[in-house]
Amino acid sequence: MMPFVYDRPTSIGETLALMEHRGHQLLGGGTNLVDLMRKGIAQPSRLVDVTALSGRIDAAADGSLMIGAAARNSEVAAHPLVRANYPMLARAILAGASAQIRNMATVGGNLMQRTRCLYFQDAAAARCNKRVPGSGCDAIGGFNRYHAIVGTSPACIAAHPSDMCVALAALDATVHVTGPGGTRAIALTGFHRLPEDRPDRETELASDEIIVGVEVPAPSRGARSTYRKVRDRASYAFALVSVAASLELHDDRIAHVRLAFGGIAPKPWRALRAEAALLGERATPHALAAAVATEFVDAAPQRDNAFKVDLAIRTATAVLTQLGGSAP
Amino acid sequence: MSRLQNVMIASLRTVLGWVPDRWLPGSRPDALIGRVAAVGRHDVRVDGRAKVTGTARFAAEVAMDRLCYAALVHSTVARGRIARLDTTAAQAAPGVVLVLTHRNMPRLAPPDLIGVSNLSAIGNSSLPVLQDADVRYDGQIVAAVLAETQLQADHAASLVRVDYARADARTRFEQAKADARTPASILIEKNHETKGDADRALAQAAHAVDAVYTTPALNHNAIELHAVTVDWQDDALIVHDATQMVAATAATIARLFGLKKEQVRVFSPFVGGGFGGKGFWDHQIVAVAASKIARRPVRLVLTREGVYRSVGGRSPSEQRVAIGADADGRFTALVHTGYSVMPAYAACPEQFTLGSRVLYRAANVEFLQRHLDLDVVPNTFMRAPGEAIGTFALESAIDELAQAMGLDPIELRRRNEPERHPIHGHPFPQRALTKAYADGAQRFGWTRRAAEPGARRDGEWRIGMGCATGTYPYTRMPGATVRLTLRRDGTATVASSAQEMGMGTATVQIQHAADRLGLTTEAVSFELGDSMLPPAPFAGGSGQTASLLGAVTAAVKELIAELLKLAGNDSPVAGLRADEVQLIDGSVAGIADASRRERFQSLLARAGRDDLTVTATGNLPLEMLRFAMHSYSAIFCELRVSDVTGEVRVDRLLGSFDCGTILNPRTAASQFKGGMIMGLGLALTEETLFDARNGRIMNATLADYHVPSHLDVPEIEVMWTGIPDPRSPLGARGIGEIGITGVAAAVANAVFNATGRRVRELPITLDKLL
Repeated sequence: MMPFVYDRPTSIGETLALMEHRGHQLLGGGTNLVDLMRKGIAQPSRLVDVTALSGRIDAAADGSLMIGAAARNSEVAAHPLVRANYPMLARAILAGASAQIRNMATVGGNLMQRTRCLYFQDAAAARCNKRVPGSGCDAIGGFNRYHAIVGTSPACIAAHPSDMCVALAALDATVHVTGPGGTRAIALTGFHRLPEDRPDRETELASDEIIVGVEVPAPSRGARSTYRKVRDRASYAFALVSVAASLELHDDRIAHVRLAFGGIAPKPWRALRAEAALLGERATPHALAAAVATEFVDAAPQRDNAFKVDLAIRTATAVLTQLGGSAP
Repeated sequence: MSRLQNVMIASLRTVLGWVPDRWLPGSRPDALIGRVAAVGRHDVRVDGRAKVTGTARFAAEVAMDRLCYAALVHSTVARGRIARLDTTAAQAAPGVVLVLTHRNMPRLAPPDLIGVSNLSAIGNSSLPVLQDADVRYDGQIVAAVLAETQLQADHAASLVRVDYARADARTRFEQAKADARTPASILIEKNHETKGDADRALAQAAHAVDAVYTTPALNHNAIELHAVTVDWQDDALIVHDATQMVAATAATIARLFGLKKEQVRVFSPFVGGGFGGKGFWDHQIVAVAASKIARRPVRLVLTREGVYRSVGGRSPSEQRVAIGADADGRFTALVHTGYSVMPAYAACPEQFTLGSRVLYRAANVEFLQRHLDLDVVPNTFMRAPGEAIGTFALESAIDELAQAMGLDPIELRRRNEPERHPIHGHPFPQRALTKAYADGAQRFGWTRRAAEPGARRDGEWRIGMGCATGTYPYTRMPGATVRLTLRRDGTATVASSAQEMGMGTATVQIQHAADRLGLTTEAVSFELGDSMLPPAPFAGGSGQTASLLGAVTAAVKELIAELLKLAGNDSPVAGLRADEVQLIDGSVAGIADASRRERFQSLLARAGRDDLTVTATGNLPLEMLRFAMHSYSAIFCELRVSDVTGEVRVDRLLGSFDCGTILNPRTAASQFKGGMIMGLGLALTEETLFDARNGRIMNATLADYHVPSHLDVPEIEVMWTGIPDPRSPLGARGIGEIGITGVAAAVANAVFNATGRRVRELPITLDKLL
């Protein structure tokens, strides 16, 4: 690990001032960044620990929920409002990592976590365009079971590892950021970038900006929602495929649907195409599967992950069928 | 592994065949078997409290003045030469004490490779350690840095610049098959065994299966990382190591560094999991050399990644099993052949066909293993090497045949039980596999299994049951030696350089020694983990317990002889011969006339002795060559497979074991269950991702290499026949490894029963079931 300076500011203003130092990185719970520093993948000269900033979880008058960026994942999952109104979010968080990691990890840090691509993680021996732009991608042609099947580019096939963000994408959450130029709000679905030819640029967050919180709109009454994660062992494994979905039927037809996938794309993948195909359909397994499949017509799987196309469709179909009220 | 060895072993077996039974170990079953008190009791571990309260000191925790810390640099290419090695930045980094490379490493010969002809040879690799610029596998140690703190060492190691001139590496299993080597022997067995004409019998069989099964490379993941703390004193070397082979480590280090055996003292009182991985590797050599040059005590702890890079694991395998049966299911042919990886510089043959040679009777057989040469970190022993994966192939094939015949798989196995060893013809002194099956099946509720696959379901989950046989040979090592001290106050101490890796070595040896000495367990202590103590064999092959039991038995015999000498003519036991007395209730007592007895206290006091010490070595383990001594298990599994996702969830696992006397049900159950959990990893989740493009392991972390998590492990039940083996000390056969055997096949067979899908490629990941 390279030597670094450590700061722990207590206000946004103080934080922004410290962020003027070159080579800084913001530190949340450290569950991802510290690992990357140990591996030499991240080499900040200054760590600005932002866990003293707001981690409050508050309901607003309009029924939406504001979650401070420093809130711990375990606090969010256990919060009564989250459990009551956003069970999908609570389930997504609890499906991730381990209890120890969730106790440390923050909401802001979760949004910024890096991919688990084995070649990204191996700075000593592997080529990676995300780590070293232009160096090449060893995941293509290598082990890519955990990699993306949609949204990839010839430069990068890495998948985004978050569970929480998949739920936030389905919930139409908004990321609030602030910087020297003022504050702005970014839809969570637009917060992460696709790799295209610059896989090193992972989010819309500017280098002088900081996430202050995530806002989740008021829950849609009448909709049923859940999160299902499919993985290689029962606990403590990243998703091969995960599904966040909410569904509401009127007269046996789908009147409202939100569908997002994890484990299959470089970002939390909101399945807009499938949602459009689902609206107005009956919630029968056959109709649901056909509509979900539209999301994957241009899927581009790799050597090890072709099964994910089928797995994603089957899992989403089962989840939607269950939410629609009939047995899978 | 030579032809000469085959001839010698075969001759020895022949000669032993002429020797009357009564001259061999166990000719009279151990008299203690019938009158045990402490043995068989659920004693808690004598070192449990020290471990859970943190006072037990492991190799990486020993405090030492002026200690400096090591970090390693591993090669990032599989084959080639170091073209440029720049240590300038590392040398200049804060706190750096020494940068060790092939340029300043002392010239050392590699250690002797592990082999059956020299039991003190423990090398896992015959490659030179930091002797030249050659790179032979990805992960090889190319430099070490010593610094004042671990963080400083880690940082400085990251500053060592190494450029390589790459050479072509052999990394592809499939391609290497063309150049496979055929060793003459596998451990002490002849490699290529044939009887009759298996091919013809297969072709003519009423029923036959013939399939190829593959198992992946696996890595060791003991909780405790490999660690060594080294201190050169004036003319002595102290090594605190995490090792399964205390005595041999001291001898090997002495030989390598030109020291006398008694100048090297290895301590290893606690090891946080061994499983075959805590042997002798390059890092111990590097630590000793670095400490010598730096003239400072050195601590070297491998990182988790470092364990994957520089400590080998289980070889991948490709195995063919073919079985032919007549109309009644009696085997007419059994073939088990295949490939595993063993580079020429490695020593462990992954003996996957050995279990198949003892489990079933078949008129025609062929067994043959071939070795592939790849440029990889030398593979090594990993819990039940051979049998763990061999039973997956064999016992899957048995299940396939049973299914094809419409026969219950337990019944098919029962019909092919051998009466004697199928190859050597040796008798089984004790074999109750059929009983283990019957007991296990009843307890598990095997009759609830649906014979037709895919018949049971619960919502989206298909439910299935499977079973499989596990087996592991009995091993007792020659040369196990203990020192036994009996004191006038009625306490006793047994001492041996033995190893404690969490299985309860001291605990069960105290139980045994107490019974054999006629004392309570509170009066007996056991010292281990110190090479200055009389030498124990290494803890491996599930053989340490029986080896030590044999040594303690010999020591107590000598102690009795000494006590009778000391007793003189005034003792109530005067005139009795050694075989006419036993030790009971703190006394020497006549067997025929129990009223003739004298307490140790009075006997020693009269002789003017505070204590009496004897040192003895167990008799030669000739029983191994004359009798077919093996342990067995019947493993039962019930699981669910999701129709939607292919996920497998194991709901119940039961192991019914036939391993001779069980010394301590508490520690034994823990051993069995731990092995079975490891079996679940083998079956479902574990796989070393070896990138054949460059020969590098890509998942060298506990996040990416999936050992079973708590949620993957169901309620596990274990039971045993507990029938003593009349030919082994105390009737015990060793239990450290058998737990893992059979589990992968039981899981695969249950997956088949649930889904109708036969997966012949481990691990059984969900994509194979979609």
